[in-house]
Amino acid sequence: MALYSEKVMEHFRNPRNVGVIEDANGIGEVGNAKCGDIMKMYLKIEDDIIQDVKFETFGCGSAIASSSMATELIKGKPVAEAEKLTNQAVAEALDGLPAYKMHCSVLAEEAIHAALEDWRSKKEP
Amino acid sequence: MNRLIYADNAATTKMSEAALNTMISVARENYGNPSSLYSIGQRAKETLEEARAAVAEIIGAKSGEILFTSGGSEADNQAIRSAAEIGRKAGKKHIVSSAFEHHAVLHTLEKLKKEGFEITLLDVHENGIVCPEEVEAAIREDTCLVTVMYANNEIGTIQPIREIGSICRKHGILFHTDAVQAVGHIPINVVEDQVDLLSASAHKFHGPKGVGFLYARKGIRLTNLIEGGAQESGKRAGTENVPGIAAMATALKEAAERMEEHAAKASKRRDRLIQGLGAIPHSALNGDAEQRLPGNVNFCFEGIEGESLLLLLDDKGIEASSGSACTSGSLDPSHVLLAIGRVHDVAHGSLRLSIEADLTEEETDYIIRSVTEVVEYLRSFSPIWRDLESGKKPHIL
Repeated sequence: MALYSEKVMEHFRNPRNVGVIEDANGIGEVGNAKCGDIMKMYLKIEDDIIQDVKFETFGCGSAIASSSMATELIKGKPVAEAEKLTNQAVAEALDGLPAYKMHCSVLAEEAIHAALEDWRSKKEP
Repeated sequence: MNRLIYADNAATTKMSEAALNTMISVARENYGNPSSLYSIGQRAKETLEEARAAVAEIIGAKSGEILFTSGGSEADNQAIRSAAEIGRKAGKKHIVSSAFEHHAVLHTLEKLKKEGFEITLLDVHENGIVCPEEVEAAIREDTCLVTVMYANNEIGTIQPIREIGSICRKHGILFHTDAVQAVGHIPINVVEDQVDLLSASAHKFHGPKGVGFLYARKGIRLTNLIEGGAQESGKRAGTENVPGIAAMATALKEAAERMEEHAAKASKRRDRLIQGLGAIPHSALNGDAEQRLPGNVNFCFEGIEGESLLLLLDDKGIEASSGSACTSGSLDPSHVLLAIGRVHDVAHGSLRLSIEADLTEEETDYIIRSVTEVVEYLRSFSPIWRDLESGKKPHIL
């Protein structure tokens, strides 16, 4: 049996929304290099809609795939919906992750929430 | 691209045709139990003893000093347990080893620690080599064993075994070496090296998996790990794996015959790889460049993680390994890389290529090109790399 599902490998090989948004109004970074995973999410939110999202990730195959899938799940969605994103939703959309890789989907959830938090803190002075 | 470059020979090797043929023919035709007294049993016994003699000769030992095991881990366990038992009886409960031993050694030592032994793990320095003077300095009145690997399994550095052997002999202390990565690859002579106990594994030199041996110098009393019948002079119960053992002997004979030629070829490719991968910005070779196994290349690349590197190399037909946490199934990267002073951030981005002599020049260049491309690609969206390049964090490598 392969380590990862085909979906994970597909997102790992062709990650969606990779890169930086120069004029992002919400940025979240989670994880640390010591543990081997860092995710950084950039959000461009207008009228409470996630107009654009991009990510940068240092990490293993499932970390990159989880970041990619998380961005797909929230792109174009209202903030209220993005706030409800869970790691389970990310993992399920990837047709599952090995048990010891579930933390990658948790990081993706946390990175999105951190970016939303950043946006909120900037919005409300 | 439909190519396959297997570059993980330190993990395991492909069985040689000759070894495979031996294994099949012995299993098919020579199926007797070596402990039976009728003809086919005795024929199996002969095959077993021929294999023992062949293995012994290659490492400079006597037949009676070779004990067949299920592999390197078992041999390591039995060697260390035996020396500890001898020490315990003499009231000596201190063992000297190194920080980057294989887990078969380190975990056995951890268990002994719980049983009241004191363990000194020597520094392996930035170059990944144990210093003989530090071995001598670590020896105490109550030291019963020194165990230092012949060559490291991750970074391939060859240890000064002969010097350590001579020190141990001078002090009358048992010396064990885990030679799993060395046997069949570099010349070993247990007499000249003054080694008392040595572990080896067949599948690292193109023999089958599940077979290995322990050399124990005559007169060293071994402690059983497995109780039962009187096989292996009563020191390792269980009907012998005759086909596997015979195949191991075939593989080792072949490896010994071709050693010089193979080592020369492999080290030429190794040096080309080291040069080519060293040209990647912010990369570093792990372990001494000279004193290393002919086929071992191990690098750290800043700003990337090893598992993604391996997966993308696999897509390009290159099969290698890494010391990143994600490939070890734990949160910590390789203890070997940490032992030579690599920090966590960098240790996660490691790559081990363990090549064979048959790697072509074209394949060598393909590996260099591919690794360069993949590292560059992964860095292109690594937040760590961004911080390093923007000067937010200083480069380590």
